[in-house]
Amino acid sequence: MELNTLTLTEARQKIRAGELSPVALIDAINDTANRVDEKIGGYVFRDYENARAQAAQADIQLPLGGIPIAIKDAINVKGEPCTAASKVLEGYIAPYDATVISKLRAAGAIPFGRTNMDELAMGSTTETSAIQITRNPHDTERIPGGSSGGSAAVIAGGEALAALGSDTGGSIRQPAAMCGCVGLKPSYGRVSRYGLAAFASSLDQIGPMTRSVEDAALILQVIAGHDPLDSTSLDVPVPNYSAQLGSGVRGMKLGVPKEYFIEGLDVRVATRVREAIETYRNLGAEIVEVSLPHTQYAVASYYIIATAEASANLARLDGVRYGRRAAGGKDLAEHYSRTRGEGFGHEVKRRIILGTYVLSSGYYDAYYLRAQKVRTLIRRDFEEAFQKVDALISPTIPSPAFKIGEHVKDPLQIYLTDIFTTAANLAGICAISIPCGSVKEAGRQLPVGVQILAPAFQEDRLLCIARAYEMATSTR
Amino acid sequence: MSTPQLDVRYVAELARFRLTEEEIAEFQPQMEHVLSYIAKLHEVNVEGIEPMAHTAAVFNVFRPDVAKDGFTQEEALANAPHSGSGLFLVPRMVEG
Repeated sequence: MELNTLTLTEARQKIRAGELSPVALIDAINDTANRVDEKIGGYVFRDYENARAQAAQADIQLPLGGIPIAIKDAINVKGEPCTAASKVLEGYIAPYDATVISKLRAAGAIPFGRTNMDELAMGSTTETSAIQITRNPHDTERIPGGSSGGSAAVIAGGEALAALGSDTGGSIRQPAAMCGCVGLKPSYGRVSRYGLAAFASSLDQIGPMTRSVEDAALILQVIAGHDPLDSTSLDVPVPNYSAQLGSGVRGMKLGVPKEYFIEGLDVRVATRVREAIETYRNLGAEIVEVSLPHTQYAVASYYIIATAEASANLARLDGVRYGRRAAGGKDLAEHYSRTRGEGFGHEVKRRIILGTYVLSSGYYDAYYLRAQKVRTLIRRDFEEAFQKVDALISPTIPSPAFKIGEHVKDPLQIYLTDIFTTAANLAGICAISIPCGSVKEAGRQLPVGVQILAPAFQEDRLLCIARAYEMATSTR
Repeated sequence: MSTPQLDVRYVAELARFRLTEEEIAEFQPQMEHVLSYIAKLHEVNVEGIEPMAHTAAVFNVFRPDVAKDGFTQEEALANAPHSGSGLFLVPRMVEG
């Protein structure tokens, strides 16, 4: 078996059994990246020498001892560049580790490689990156999804075993679905956001992207928990996510929200998801149709709230304390306007404009306040559904990966690819996307994903449900 | 509700960034298109509904008031595009 396509669980077993050394593993991954990344473009930075030195010193008794994990470019890793794929942060070297990185290190893992993303996590295709294009390894003419597109692409391309991503409206789950990986968005407050470049603070969560559900459980185990440095991380005990992983879905009630099977959902994707639902029925779950009546308002509500929060968060990018500074500002106002004008790309500018507008006097009530009220209704929909069922099943994406450049001039069309994912962030619940086969398009097999959603802080149940499908359908 | 006025040039000024003429020409219709989509929220009856800013019920989180080490001056300035005399430097903003 090729080392670079192992799951994290397999690599860990081989390392512990003395069949594989952490150095050999880093070498295999780095060799693959050297060979394929010119084509895929998943990595924006790799410090191989440093990672190899860490591998040579790794304590293999630790939970993730000697395991390399790729990191989205929005997460601070001390001593490495962290630009969130934006020109405005050019030259910034992280002066500290994000909490998730400190936790990974304490568990023996080696952060290796920084993955490309949409600029400041704003996008669903990784095309808004100011650094480079990332290509989907399943068809290099197509997008990998986004914003954590680099993380998904390096896993699918055999250039990483696992990665961290961040998810504000689907940015872990959507690229995972398009690249055929597992992507978990934890409940809001489950994982510390300290050291994550802020996009929308009430929605952002860091989570694992992996080859298997078992791997996602292992990484979540390490990164979850309260952090005094993030006051929105909740002090809720972290269960053992691996303990109940294999306990199955017999007797569980799984809800299928009828609003997620709508016009605009690719019929081939719908078929794959229906097949996954049948698999669950065969595994002994009771399948129930449920209704989430405000689903159709999730994207609009999301784009108001996320951009409003972003317009405030991104005020810090001013070219004074860090980042790139434009020349020629004669006074402070001109310095800001040039630095930000030159530093931000088009999608970031559009979103700051929208966010500034919906917060401005005269429009605040009509947009921002109304969106927050709709957010309450969206959360209520889930609360009512979870009275009746243990979890929900839906498609992750409305269609497989599209061609690079296909929707570049039509932002709204791209926003609508988040149609099934934003509601989980608005409601603060946890959700996972797992591969459920592929559809044929222009002679290529393109992966699609099924999404499972569970109540906040029920990641153990979520992972168990996801694992049941994986055990029934894959060799992993 | 009719399509409201969003002048991208003006709003970008409020948000402190400069737009090129090409950007203005590209963004204006795109933003109007997005606004006409998000206007669908006006179909929803939100009477009596509380707004939600946050999903986690946490308020006023305090930490123990104890001193601890932070960045040194050198570390804090290491990423500054322009610094001198141990300070972040910016263009002059008061008449000297």
